[in-house]
Amino acid sequence: MSNKARDLCNARVAGRISRREFGKRIAALGIGAAAADGLLQASYTRAMAASFDWMKYKGTTVKLLLNKHPYADAMIADLDAFRTLTGMDVKYDIFPEDVYFDKVTAALSSRSSQYDAFMTGAYQTWQYGPAGWLVDMNEYLHDAEKTAPDYDFEDMLPNLRASDSWSGVPGAPLGGAGAKQWAIPWGFELYSISYNRNIFDRLKITPPENLPDLIEKATKITKDAGGPYGVGVRGSRSWATIHPGFLSGYTNYGAHDFTVADGKLKSAVDSAESKAFHELWVKMIQEAGPKNWATYTWYQVGQDLGAGASGMIYDADILGYFMNGAGNKEAGHIGYAPIAPNPEAKDPTSNIWIWSLALSNFSNAKDAAWYFIQWATSKQHDMFGARKKDLVDPVRASVWADKVFQDRISGSYPGYLETYQATAPDAKIYFTPQPLFFNVTTEWAAALQRMVAKEVAVSEGLDQLAATINRELRDAGIG
Amino acid sequence: MSDFALPVPAKRWRVGHLLPYLLSLPSLLVCVGIVIPFVASAIYSLQRYNLAFPTGRAFIGFGNYLSFLSDPSFWNTVEVSVIYTAATVGIELLLGLAIALLLRERTFVNNVISVVLMLPLMTAPALASLMWKLMTNPGFGVLSWAVSLIGLNNFKWASDPHTAMLTVVLVDIWVYTPFIMILLLAGLRSLPPAPFEAAQLDGVPARFVFFRVTLPMLSPFIVTACLFRLLDSIQQFDIIYAMTQGGPGDSLMVFQVRAYLEFFQYTNVGRSAALLMVLWVITYFLSDRFVRQWHKLRERRQGHA
Repeated sequence: MSNKARDLCNARVAGRISRREFGKRIAALGIGAAAADGLLQASYTRAMAASFDWMKYKGTTVKLLLNKHPYADAMIADLDAFRTLTGMDVKYDIFPEDVYFDKVTAALSSRSSQYDAFMTGAYQTWQYGPAGWLVDMNEYLHDAEKTAPDYDFEDMLPNLRASDSWSGVPGAPLGGAGAKQWAIPWGFELYSISYNRNIFDRLKITPPENLPDLIEKATKITKDAGGPYGVGVRGSRSWATIHPGFLSGYTNYGAHDFTVADGKLKSAVDSAESKAFHELWVKMIQEAGPKNWATYTWYQVGQDLGAGASGMIYDADILGYFMNGAGNKEAGHIGYAPIAPNPEAKDPTSNIWIWSLALSNFSNAKDAAWYFIQWATSKQHDMFGARKKDLVDPVRASVWADKVFQDRISGSYPGYLETYQATAPDAKIYFTPQPLFFNVTTEWAAALQRMVAKEVAVSEGLDQLAATINRELRDAGIG
Repeated sequence: MSDFALPVPAKRWRVGHLLPYLLSLPSLLVCVGIVIPFVASAIYSLQRYNLAFPTGRAFIGFGNYLSFLSDPSFWNTVEVSVIYTAATVGIELLLGLAIALLLRERTFVNNVISVVLMLPLMTAPALASLMWKLMTNPGFGVLSWAVSLIGLNNFKWASDPHTAMLTVVLVDIWVYTPFIMILLLAGLRSLPPAPFEAAQLDGVPARFVFFRVTLPMLSPFIVTACLFRLLDSIQQFDIIYAMTQGGPGDSLMVFQVRAYLEFFQYTNVGRSAALLMVLWVITYFLSDRFVRQWHKLRERRQGHA
């Protein structure tokens, strides 16, 4: 790299010149866009190294446990930058999602030191944290010796920071008093409508604005689109069925999972609001969902949209993004729209899933692993993933504000950014944090399956579900 | 030199005595490897032990077992497991026996068919389950298309609680019928020909020969095949989990799936261990009954001989 190009990159990293100015001047030096990006990335790495002793654990190897996901792919693609910055090495095992959390549970419950850090969701930390398997990241975040001065944790979206932070007291709010930072947000997703524009145009319908409207339009697609069914949502007997569009709509109808009184939890799935919402949701699946809905996971919901087998999905915004990319039959035909399911609600209330990085309490290289987590959740890596890879719901406000990222998304995925902006303000975890999360949501999914199959009426099914949940809470001493 | 010569027989004596212990060491290690987790499970099953509530861990005696008695979902698990086991073993036994009878004669064609029919047994049950999941997909599955030809256009296979059991039983039958078939075929071909030749000379009807000669002589093989399949079926996990994770609803929530969920998803070690201990009792009871029956049949056979 010539001195001029290096100075130019340094000036850009220091914020002394604008992106436009940088582009103009680097082009004048005869350096192409791809090469300029590489030079700029190297300058970011040098800038990080200059302000903090990133080489402190040089020669150490960190072992990661990863889930197969585009966010993990983005991180793996940038690992050389970490190696250059720290002199450390990174090894990882990567597993598909349907077995990933079993592997995590097996590794942590056996107190294995095999993995230093791993991917997790916030819900999992409600089990792993109280079990004593995770390190409270506050001890690192508040230690200037261990955390780079430009890390800027506050730059992460507040609801995400809070979502990975909990006191361990069942029912206590996320991010509340005495909360421990069990994990650091890394990439996330929120829930909105992704739809097949061709089908919608052909049937002359617009994206649904609320749940009754969605049912009507999805039913029309099932009847008139000549093959595709109306709306794809998850349905397997798993917690994963409850947390996406389902809980977002449930919350929008004013329903809650629990009431908390005197430190004790009581199921609220039998409330009037819950029953009203369930009636509609069940009707939606019966009239316009996939025939084998009860086996549907994230993969089937996405595949059907990408293959043109469904008219729309009410699921993760990033799932709609991935299905709009190359390799899918409907690539380039997917549109995005926010939804407030309750006709009386003004705004969406999307639940969120946050892929986060957690530090194993059984690691023999905790400090070194924290360096890795710090780098993987830094502005620099978040920016890399957002601009160049598919880390398309980044966790940092500064990355969302980045013009290059915005232009990239707006250019290739029209409507994605606007949908995010309309959905994000109230997007957060709407579950009440408690360690029986997986018991409750798996039972909930099973009950939903019985309602959709007409084995039990909605109202009766929810009364039974509430009784089951309350019994489990009592057995565990929290209800 | 005499000091040197003396230890030789002593060394031989030691090696000779150690040899049986050395030879049995691998078996001993395997036993230890089985006993340790068994004892650990038995102890855990007597505890309130959820990894997410480390401070709540306590010895509760038979508390987990007693809670099963009043838990409808436990009794549903017992019911589902019994139905699954009875249906799979019963149908596989009938089909396996029928196929074995058809292939009884040692001809080239029969030998080729018996080898070809072994193919499903070579397929891992979880993979077979995924294959069937694709074949029963209502959008593009060949079996969905096939049933649509007879007017069943909305047949939901494993997605419907009413047909989920049928679907997984079909997969189990596809995978394991060859196992029973090959065992019974080996049994049939090993039976002495004299009684059958005598019956043929006397003009005894085929049905009489089957029920009074073939079946009694084949019964040790039938009991053996049943024992293996019963133990396997009552512990079913892979086919059901790969197909529906125990759903829809609780329609396929057999012992192993529930125990798996209790540990890997709910981190409830105590309940998971108690479920497995109940399964162990059932398995032990079944194997004990079958082994006794097998001994009786063998003694009867030897008595006749």
